[in-house]
Amino acid sequence: MKRSGRPLAIYALAAYLFLHLPLLILAAFSFNESRFTVWQGFSFRWYTAAWHDSQLMEATGNSLIIAVFATVLSTIIGTLCAYGLWKRRSPVLSGSLYLSLVTPEIVTGVSLLAFYQWIFRFLQVQLGMHTVILAHVSFSIAYVVIVVMARLRTVDGSLEEAALDLGANEWQAFRYVTLPAVLPAVVAAALLAFTVSFDDYVITSMVAGVDSETLPMVIYAIARRGVNPVVNAISALLVLGFGSLILISERLRTT
Amino acid sequence: MNRLRAWFLAPSWAVILLLFLFPMLIILAYSLLTRGTYGGISLPWSLESYQRFADPIYLGILWRSFWIAGASTVISLLLGFPLALFISRAGKRKNLYLSLVILPFWTSFLVRTYAWMFLLRDTGLINSTLQKLGIIHDPLPLLYNDGAVILGLVYGYLPFMVLPLFGTLERLDRNLLEAAADLGARPWATLLRVVLPLSAPGIRAGVILVFIPCLGAYLTPDLLGGGKSVMIGNLIQNQFTTARDWPFGSAISLALMAVVMLLLIAFVRRDEEGLL
Amino acid sequence: MESVLELRDISKHYPTHRAVNGVTLNIARGEFFSLLGPSGCGKTTTLRMIAGFEEPTSGEIRLNGAAIQHLKPYQRNVSTVFQNYALFPHLTVQQNVEFGLRRKGENDIGRRVREVLELVQLSGKESRRPTEISGGERQRVALARSLVLAPDVLLLDEPLSALDPNLRKQVRAELKNIQRRVGITFLFVTHDQEEALSLSDRLGVMHAGVLEQTGTPEDVYLRPSTKFVASFLGAVNWINGVGIRPEVTRVAKLAPDQGLRSHPATVVHSTFLGNCVHIETRLDDGQLAVAEVPRTTTSFAPGERVHLWWQPADELNFK
Repeated sequence: MKRSGRPLAIYALAAYLFLHLPLLILAAFSFNESRFTVWQGFSFRWYTAAWHDSQLMEATGNSLIIAVFATVLSTIIGTLCAYGLWKRRSPVLSGSLYLSLVTPEIVTGVSLLAFYQWIFRFLQVQLGMHTVILAHVSFSIAYVVIVVMARLRTVDGSLEEAALDLGANEWQAFRYVTLPAVLPAVVAAALLAFTVSFDDYVITSMVAGVDSETLPMVIYAIARRGVNPVVNAISALLVLGFGSLILISERLRTT
Repeated sequence: MNRLRAWFLAPSWAVILLLFLFPMLIILAYSLLTRGTYGGISLPWSLESYQRFADPIYLGILWRSFWIAGASTVISLLLGFPLALFISRAGKRKNLYLSLVILPFWTSFLVRTYAWMFLLRDTGLINSTLQKLGIIHDPLPLLYNDGAVILGLVYGYLPFMVLPLFGTLERLDRNLLEAAADLGARPWATLLRVVLPLSAPGIRAGVILVFIPCLGAYLTPDLLGGGKSVMIGNLIQNQFTTARDWPFGSAISLALMAVVMLLLIAFVRRDEEGLL
Repeated sequence: MESVLELRDISKHYPTHRAVNGVTLNIARGEFFSLLGPSGCGKTTTLRMIAGFEEPTSGEIRLNGAAIQHLKPYQRNVSTVFQNYALFPHLTVQQNVEFGLRRKGENDIGRRVREVLELVQLSGKESRRPTEISGGERQRVALARSLVLAPDVLLLDEPLSALDPNLRKQVRAELKNIQRRVGITFLFVTHDQEEALSLSDRLGVMHAGVLEQTGTPEDVYLRPSTKFVASFLGAVNWINGVGIRPEVTRVAKLAPDQGLRSHPATVVHSTFLGNCVHIETRLDDGQLAVAEVPRTTTSFAPGERVHLWWQPADELNFK
């Protein structure tokens, strides 16, 4: 069974090309002088255009703010949740988290919209950054739990017992023994949550207010109208940015 | 021990209850109400929204969604299995090859969908290249149809198929393969009679992880299908924005959720190691 | 004898079975006490109840006279050496050993850690990580980590089972030495009767959740109170319902004198072990009986009809 070798390897190569070429081509054409799909020379003009686009910049800023807040919250809540579930299973909570993961985004989006509108009858609030942040927290937690839980499963349970035995209480056992052991996974989960939040379009578009336009929303609007090389440029940057974050995250997850 | 754990789980419970389960209850309620005069919801309670499913237009959308999701899933499985097999046999480079599959997935779904717009449109790269080479004269209508949507979905969710398949294949006991060979099975026979059946858990997981998001897809049919390839997701979004028919939109959402839950119950086995 | 640890009718019942059933035990201060038994007999569960990781279904645990069965592990002055040592992998040897002291906020940590590391002969390894030291060294770190807290009782859960067999005897002796030097009460759990017999001042034999007998090694070996204890502590020949240990069973070609008990048997084979001879025989009812005799010039051939004999005083009687 050693090598069904050649054919499989060739197939794999083709598959990898299929996965990566579209993005590479997109990135390549972001440097195209012309706005048409005919190569006319190397240029940074689309990048400078993006930089000078105030709507784009503001949307990016919004996305960053939302992502940072959502990441901090979901990482903390998710890590604590993973620890709690590791100590003793809770099928209902695990099941609900899993459900939140597989629920189609459009359904999550509309249900949150309905929820917010219902709540707004009682509170004097509008859709805005905060509603987006909360929405992002709600769907990010499951990702954090998965990553941290996977790491917790490799931790020896008798370590916490030893800590208790030596005089640490439950909180100290978590803080001094278990948390250090899973810290890389927690950071990996945070990077993952950040990526997921920054990139979200569907849910965000349903619950964002007028003043909380995010980068994906702007990209979507431009893309809807047709192909625009500025989108190519932003895309290339996003791919680079996310790619790096995920690379770091994977490194941390598997140390 | 229990008190600390309760405190640790409380925030997650709060988020799940308030921001996931309760909103679902709300749209359940909305699905049983009526559309207000200017949109939104109003009394009386009725099942009218659910009855509208019988309309051929909506049944058509339902059918298209299933067929597109199904096709995407099957294609993902056919494409993903050999890839997963390759990675599982890669020895030391396993993690590298796996990362190469995971990496594109996490780099913006929107961008990856847009990439296909860029490639498939009439003035896109594929068409202009084929025209330049003289293979075709007029551009091929590659975009804005079911096929483009399926392509976009397969491209988007292939890693979700590869990962669980890889997980199962990697854990396959090599001794079983050797035993099969020892008993006279040629490579193909071993593949079909030993590897494939034993990959069933991975296949199940992959199918679920691909079919469900495809069924509820919104972005891909919107961008790659134009107005021509309306799926359930688009319909729901439309009801909550343009048409402002929240009860109907809620009913469709719930129907979709019902299908999702049925699929989960049918496909997910308790004894298989879950993610959570 | 001053009792430091007392178990009063301790039980642990699970829905499917009774892990520990009515164990009553008194351990004296400074004693090396072993709990001996096969796997599944409840000895580890008993240990965990003393440490505080399991709560007894009924009964009391008293440490220095005070009931502790409702206290959390970190509220009890007992310390556990785990079977897999449970060293914190992200901390150095030094940090592992001082962990408990830091939780208590004690002073003079540096000196106390240094002293205990000297005691277990690990001086110089303070800045190593658990992954960088050998199995035997890890065991000593675990020991030091618990000893430095000066607990009333030190609980050891099969601490030698993870070691190489050749290492075990040596570590065994070191362990006994350390216990004598520090004078702390040791409660040692094991399934190995040789360990228990060689290390303990007293030991208790458990079987299916029940404490069958406690006593000194001689008590338990020479005067077992049940068949189980007899056969667990060493080999036993069952001849006509009477139990005789092989080392006090003798073989003769002729029937022995009055006053000695005897039984006919057929030799299966005879093995020369250097310091003694193992003669395996088969009784008329088919059972096997082994005699461990000193070297003699007499030899016994397979198939030969012989007489097994022994002193009546060596017979094992059960109540």
